[in-house]
Amino acid sequence: MNAKPKLLTVLDVVAGAMFVAAVALVFFYAPLERVMGLVQKVFYFHVASAWIGMLAFAVAAFYGVLYLVKKDERYDRVELAAVEIGIVFALITIVTGSIWARPIWNAWWTWDPRLTTATVMELVYFAYLMLRSGIEEPERRARFGAVYAIIGFLSVPLTFFSIRLFRTIHPVVIGSNDPGAEGAFDMTQKMTQTFMFSLLTFTVGFVTLLWHRVRLGVLSDKVEQLKLKLQS
Amino acid sequence: MTAIIEVSRLVKRFGPKVVLRQLDFRVESGEFVALLGPNGAGKTTFLRILSSLSRPTLGSVSVAGYSLPHQAASVRRRLGVVSHLPLLYGDLSAEENLLFYGRMYAVDKLSARMDEVLEQVGLTNRRRDLVRTFSRGMQQRLAIGRAILHDPEVLLLDEPHTGLDQDACDMLDAALRQVAVRGRTVVMTSHDLSRAEDLASRFDVLARGTIQGSVQRQDIARDGLLGYYRKTLELAQNNAKNHKAEAAL
Amino acid sequence: MSGFAPFMRALSAVVWKDLRAEWRSRELLSAMLVFALLVILIFNFALELESTVRANVTAGVLWVTFTFAGQLGLNRSMAVEKDRGCLDGLLLAPVDRAAIYLGKTLANWVFMLLVAVIVLPIYSVLYNTNLFIPGLLLTILLGSEGYVAVGTLLSSMAVQARTRDILLPILLFPVAIPVVVAAVKATGGYLQGLDITEIQPWLNLLLTYDVVFTAVAFMVFDSVVEE
Repeated sequence: MNAKPKLLTVLDVVAGAMFVAAVALVFFYAPLERVMGLVQKVFYFHVASAWIGMLAFAVAAFYGVLYLVKKDERYDRVELAAVEIGIVFALITIVTGSIWARPIWNAWWTWDPRLTTATVMELVYFAYLMLRSGIEEPERRARFGAVYAIIGFLSVPLTFFSIRLFRTIHPVVIGSNDPGAEGAFDMTQKMTQTFMFSLLTFTVGFVTLLWHRVRLGVLSDKVEQLKLKLQS
Repeated sequence: MTAIIEVSRLVKRFGPKVVLRQLDFRVESGEFVALLGPNGAGKTTFLRILSSLSRPTLGSVSVAGYSLPHQAASVRRRLGVVSHLPLLYGDLSAEENLLFYGRMYAVDKLSARMDEVLEQVGLTNRRRDLVRTFSRGMQQRLAIGRAILHDPEVLLLDEPHTGLDQDACDMLDAALRQVAVRGRTVVMTSHDLSRAEDLASRFDVLARGTIQGSVQRQDIARDGLLGYYRKTLELAQNNAKNHKAEAAL
Repeated sequence: MSGFAPFMRALSAVVWKDLRAEWRSRELLSAMLVFALLVILIFNFALELESTVRANVTAGVLWVTFTFAGQLGLNRSMAVEKDRGCLDGLLLAPVDRAAIYLGKTLANWVFMLLVAVIVLPIYSVLYNTNLFIPGLLLTILLGSEGYVAVGTLLSSMAVQARTRDILLPILLFPVAIPVVVAAVKATGGYLQGLDITEIQPWLNLLLTYDVVFTAVAFMVFDSVVEE
């Protein structure tokens, strides 16, 4: 268990290579968007990070349910790892979104449903971390974390719908297009390919990171155990 | 006699920390067992497991013929608990507190039973007063009344003397004896040896997460309970040292 | 443990106990009320609630008042259980834990509604606005239910944490945003006399939130209190 698994090393290499390839695709393969120009390139990683953020929080809620049913600390480690990764990617989403929004919407920030929901989501999971840090006993920390991961994840779609009932200016690139959205565009085939590839890259990256973080959790628990053994 | 509490190979872990290790414990019906031990030995944790408030990590626990945690509801119905906190509502009167708990336990003929219990713990004339105006000793006596309201087979007491002065302790003991005499099984944790010596019929020493020794009241040697207690703890410490030395080899 | 009658008996015992104790001390309600009035007062100066501005912000002011006062009450209601070990007392009883949760939720709901019942007429008089619109009262009923359903669950976690005094609002507010948004918009809609078709989506959202979160909290409460 202590030695790094081979598959993880393979994943490290694959994820790294895919990321380099994705950057290359974004800059050299995908065509320049007619109206928005270079800043549109941010879109490939922006949406991919948003996808990973949502995926991570969904994984966390799923493992929260598993933990409550099975009461096995392994599920708790995955849940915490997923939340931490989710927070980072949600932040990347917000930052890359702002970079894009500045020239296109003429503002770093608007109170658009997706932006607002992303921010509320960040706050939910910051609260999750604060809850955990306020509890000493590992088993209780895990239980409360699981409950809040579930509650938090369920609130996200409702938050989104509640804010969407206000009018939105965020473009919907995938699926139906709202004519009121500013900065919308149609993807060419090459764009679609690049986009799909960056989604895949980020997903592989997510799995790799998650694995690393879970392993770190296992190891730090082991250190804790050894410390206790030394004391007694 | 039959065992009313049976615990075998009980382990309780809090994360990496092991609080109870391979604990075996057996109480016959009608015994009054005092659990003695230094702070941090796991007495409160053990009592919380017996009272169904905390789940065992490993091992089996059965109380009044029902196993924990799966048959917790059946155990709870047959269990009374007094802790060092009163578990009472300060803004309710003595009577209302009992009324509330009586409803939670679905006690039959509640008002007659309440009269009886209030009489037993000597609070009949204060029944309409708010619990918040009670002294610690009176609160603790009412807590005993609350715990025996549903006529439990087993009574668990967690450091019931904490924070009481001499007189209050004596009155509490009087109330406890009245309950214990009536054929209930009692398990009490305490670090007050002299109080425990007056009350219990059996003394178990809990240290390092397991029962280190058990002695019947009539078997205590001339040097008394204190002597037995010290000897057992010393033995436990030596054993632990030997284990360590063996492990080092 | 199972069965409807014992469940209802335990539930009503918990509600009775909370209301009875509160009737005695009036600590919680008076704190919530004074706090609510202070919030309105602060808004009065912070926003200069002139008649022209007021129509648009009344809904917001009301809901900020309710949620802040409600948070205060939720925290207190669970702290009372925790401090004297009463939470253990409740858990030792041979009753379904969900009955305890629902009992506490119902009592908290009653407290929040009582605050609303007192704040609404005072606000109406102070700012010469009629707030007694049936739809608005329905909105308050729905909004506060969802709020206390989640709040009761989260406060029972918060009181068991080291940072309990500051934790509840941090846990509760981000997940209560849908309730606040929907309740504010519905209330605003009724105050502006909008058509019911424009308010309906918000009421639906409130109802969805209430159902989803009451059900989930009902199911997971056991995990919050059981060690």
